Amino acid sequence: MKPAPFAYERPETIEEALAVLAVHGDEAKVLAGGQSLVPMLNMRLLRPSVVVDVNRVPGLDGLRADNGEIRVGALVRQAAFGGSRLVRERLPLAASCVPYVGHFVTRNRGTVGGSIAHADVSAELPLALLVQGGSAVVASTRGRREIPAEELFLTHFTTALAPDELLVETVWPASEPETRTAWVELAQRRGDYALAMVACTLRVEGGLVAEARIGLGSVVDRPSLVPEAAEALVRRGVDAAPEAAVLAARSVEPYDNLHASARYQRHLVRVLVERAVRQAWA
Amino acid sequence: MGLREIELRVNDRRVRETVEPRLLLSDFLRHTLGLTGTHVGCEHGVCGACTVRLDGDSVRSCLLLAVQADGSAVETVEGLARGRELHPLQRAFHEEHALQCGFCTPGILMAAADLLERDGTPSRETIVDMLSGHLCRCTGYEPIVEAIAKVANR
Amino acid sequence: MGVATERKTWVGQALPRLEDAALLRGEGRFLDDLDPVKNAGHAAILRSQLAHARITRLDPSAALEHPGVIGVLTGEDVAAMSRPFPVGVEAAPPYRAAAHEVARYAGEPLAVVVAKDRYVAEDALELIEVEYGPLDPVMDADAGAVVSDRSFRYGDPEAALARADLVVRERFRSPRWSCTPVECYAVVADWNAAAGSLTAWANFQGPFTLHSVAAGALGLTGSKLRLITPPDSGGSFGIKATVYVYVVLMGLASRKLGVPVRWIEDRLEHLLGSSAATERLTEVEAGFSADGELLALRYDVVEDVGAYIRAPEPATLYRMHGSLSGAYRVRNVATRNRVVLTNRCPTGLNRGFGGPQLYFALERTLAIAAGRLGVDPAELARRNLVRARDFPYRTPSGGLYDSGDYEACLDRALELARYEERRREQADARAEGRLVGIGLACIVEPSISNMGYITLAQTSAERMQALPKSGNAEAATVAINALGGITVQVGTTPQGQGHATVAAQVAADALGVDPGVIEVVTALDTSTSAWTVASGNYSSRFSGVGAGAVHKAATRLAAKLRAIAAAELGCTADEVDLHDGKAHANGGNVSLRRLAGVAHWNPDALPPGIEPGLHETAFDAAPNLAPPDEDDRVASSAAHGFIVDVAVVEVDRETGQVAVLDYVTVHDAGTLLNPLIVDGQVRGGFAHGAAAALFERIVYDQDGNLLTGSFVDYLCPTAPDLPAVTIGHLSTPSPFTTLGAKGLGEGNTMSAPAVLANAVADALGIEGVEIPLTPARVWELLANGGTHGSPVGPLLPEDKAP
Repeated sequence: MKPAPFAYERPETIEEALAVLAVHGDEAKVLAGGQSLVPMLNMRLLRPSVVVDVNRVPGLDGLRADNGEIRVGALVRQAAFGGSRLVRERLPLAASCVPYVGHFVTRNRGTVGGSIAHADVSAELPLALLVQGGSAVVASTRGRREIPAEELFLTHFTTALAPDELLVETVWPASEPETRTAWVELAQRRGDYALAMVACTLRVEGGLVAEARIGLGSVVDRPSLVPEAAEALVRRGVDAAPEAAVLAARSVEPYDNLHASARYQRHLVRVLVERAVRQAWA
Repeated sequence: MGLREIELRVNDRRVRETVEPRLLLSDFLRHTLGLTGTHVGCEHGVCGACTVRLDGDSVRSCLLLAVQADGSAVETVEGLARGRELHPLQRAFHEEHALQCGFCTPGILMAAADLLERDGTPSRETIVDMLSGHLCRCTGYEPIVEAIAKVANR
Repeated sequence: MGVATERKTWVGQALPRLEDAALLRGEGRFLDDLDPVKNAGHAAILRSQLAHARITRLDPSAALEHPGVIGVLTGEDVAAMSRPFPVGVEAAPPYRAAAHEVARYAGEPLAVVVAKDRYVAEDALELIEVEYGPLDPVMDADAGAVVSDRSFRYGDPEAALARADLVVRERFRSPRWSCTPVECYAVVADWNAAAGSLTAWANFQGPFTLHSVAAGALGLTGSKLRLITPPDSGGSFGIKATVYVYVVLMGLASRKLGVPVRWIEDRLEHLLGSSAATERLTEVEAGFSADGELLALRYDVVEDVGAYIRAPEPATLYRMHGSLSGAYRVRNVATRNRVVLTNRCPTGLNRGFGGPQLYFALERTLAIAAGRLGVDPAELARRNLVRARDFPYRTPSGGLYDSGDYEACLDRALELARYEERRREQADARAEGRLVGIGLACIVEPSISNMGYITLAQTSAERMQALPKSGNAEAATVAINALGGITVQVGTTPQGQGHATVAAQVAADALGVDPGVIEVVTALDTSTSAWTVASGNYSSRFSGVGAGAVHKAATRLAAKLRAIAAAELGCTADEVDLHDGKAHANGGNVSLRRLAGVAHWNPDALPPGIEPGLHETAFDAAPNLAPPDEDDRVASSAAHGFIVDVAVVEVDRETGQVAVLDYVTVHDAGTLLNPLIVDGQVRGGFAHGAAAALFERIVYDQDGNLLTGSFVDYLCPTAPDLPAVTIGHLSTPSPFTTLGAKGLGEGNTMSAPAVLANAVADALGIEGVEIPLTPARVWELLANGGTHGSPVGPLLPEDKAP
């Protein structure tokens, strides 16, 4: 399987990159890590006229703390993100999901920004960004804007980015020290797209759940929070885990797919949410 | 469409070629340079047979365009041994019968070499996890794990 | 012969492989690494998008105009330029290398574009205009067209069933799956117009009966089809038997376009249009006495071979014919074998080749019977196993089991598995509400197929009209050149099974040298190598007839060396002993190199009656492989290994995940030629078997589209996904093979699906389990009720109805 022909641009600055996107719009595809894009090019599922390789654009691979937030350049590789001490200490939920992201070799090349922009509902990083309450900074020749995660992911493989916009950075609010997290997913093989995916954070104050966030991936059409489940935990603590789990299961409308029936997916949500809450609490 | 000239190092030798942008790095290595030790098993990044090292990082060469390697250093399995002397991983694979048909082997050797350079003493669990990105249909994997663990524990 | 000394033989040693150095260095020579002929065009195949359709229009003109395109071969060309492939069953649509007027499976070749490189060829593919007139596809084996219906009956199954105290009647499904080697098909075809011949390189694994089939389709006599295999092949497991179809397709392209044609299959094509194991539906009726004696077995088999019967099918159905009774003494056996067609890719060899399908049905039946009789399954097996004193044992359907001690093997497996202790642990776990199960299977693993078994697809009367088929022979050549260099050639086309190393060990023993000095050639050239129609690597035949042929050739050569040495040393040939690279006698010695020198440079000095040259070709024919007799009995394999597997699993009640806590397998494969390679083959066979049991299934939708079309959806297990396996060995050498070795490597592919299904059934306390045992599928079994105690945690009300 070989790609269809395309023109190749390799901008050396952000301005050049944005200019190319402004000219070509949705005829162009941004190439960052390539772990998602190139298979689609090889299978000819995508045939962009222009491939814009942004790997040489400087300034997009920084990872730093800034005033209670962690700013992650779009080109930070998944391996670097997972291995970063800053991430492990301040974004424990995100750190815990990285081992599930693809495989050792693909994480060397795949980027945080690329995964977010690709918006595969079975991918870990978009869900992690959502649950963490983060946002994406996108740039175009028209300027920059910051899109909160709740508004970023629209549906399968679709974000709120306009065709001429480039995701340049993601912003992750650092977790409070008393935050407990858990990442639970079930896949048939290690590293596969999960059949169901749950991310849970609990902010604990005085032995009580002061704040909770529960997010779901895979069984939905975009990464989704389940606020009613979170509220149950805040109201009644971890004992409400089964109730929260039922609320989460009822919030999704999966389709039968090749690997799992709709009712199995719904059931998994229930099982995995309960496991995630208990795991986070422990 | 729009041929590009690229210059890179491959197994420490300088290479300069003109390529189509869509030429995959795997095809460039195998057919432009004749380095057929890197194998192609799926062309969608799952089987791992095509794994090489780009500026030290193990990567899927079927998911890279040759043009992207411009200015970089690529290492393939042909560069692992030092002349007649096999790399410790190659020796261990031989001793442990960690290859049968040998088609998946170069990709695993390159990823394992990368792993051992990042983490000199990986746990068995880490080795097994790294291997989740590689498909072998011959060995059942256990001898491969043994071989890598053997080198890790030396 | 020679001085009797206690000397360690190379055969039997766990010698690390001679093949490794090149492969580890990336210096393997797989076909796509080679350019056997210059200026080859590169091919891409246009494949049908529909499972069943009339091809009402196919217009390549735009493709022909595309820069870089050399030409196009259409289905119409293929129909005009070739005959349908010969096949063992008449009543089926003719099958050619490409479809012409009707496409019968999604992925069937319609045309071939040849261009200056593969990238351009794929660009041009998109320019071919195709119009389809859709037809209804048949996707269920139950609804498939029946093209062969043969019944067989041995003893008196009806009477035995009538007197049985328990009759188990169940239906089993073995789904379609594939071993998917990491290297796909590869062909380079070079038509020689002047000679009217085709030279083709392909990573073909045999059997070389298929060489005749390909030649027949091309209208060539055998000698006009020169088929060459490359030195290395990246796994096959049966799948690369049917690359011959593409040899024909690319051969025709080369013939039409006047250039050599190179085709390297990609993964999507491989999953869509190469080959697969048959899907089989088996209804079993098994009669037992109250004390557990298996009195009768009746099978009713529906075998789905895909859209066409493609040679060597329906071999999957008949390969195991001599083992229909499995490991058991039952004498009353019947089977009705129906071959059906559905609109899916044609099937072929796949590791285990009929064994997984047979044993899934048989061993599940035994497990179910044990449950209903209230007998432990190990005990039920023990009561019925063929006894050690009964070997060689003739089965009701004509199989001849060479040797074995099945009960000792069972005992060893139970011991290694700590069976009693595990049953106690299981009882404790159940009391806690945990779903722990134990499964077992006893598998006779046949090897070295009788090339005549396929004629069972015809009636006895029909067989009388044609040339009988029988036997399985291999050829090997051992030669010593003028400088004393030793070369062995053997026609077994390995793909990683270490034939070169073992051949070197065998020859080294005969010639008294170190295996490392022997060059072994396993690449096969039908014009220049010694080979038979049975040549190739399938039915685990190498350790029987492959190694046997090497042994015979090397032994003859050794006799010649001793005769020449006797003249040099002044003694008789009998007094000469070959070891350490020299011929020894009378207190003196002479090097092999010198003996070679005499034979080559000074043939005048050779003893009378000794021909010049040192070059022996020998054929090893497995014995007892007669054609089927008039009562439809056939010894379908020459040697029979035996395996007992025991597995312990725990099923997660909430998610359906199956954790394999322990897997033990005890093997009897007779004499082991190289224990290191043996264990490697066992592990590989197990990996494939576990894959079929837990992960892999080829899935089409009702419209005939392939849903498992890439490695993203066709899930092959990787290292973290496979359970560990403990291997034990027992050995009853075969009295029938030259070295006493039996074939192995397929056994655990035959056993693991049954063993793991038995274990999960035991864990869930139900009888109806189907593979693959993915979490979703196991959970559905739980959710539908029927387990020890309550099923999976309370379902949401809306999820209760399936």
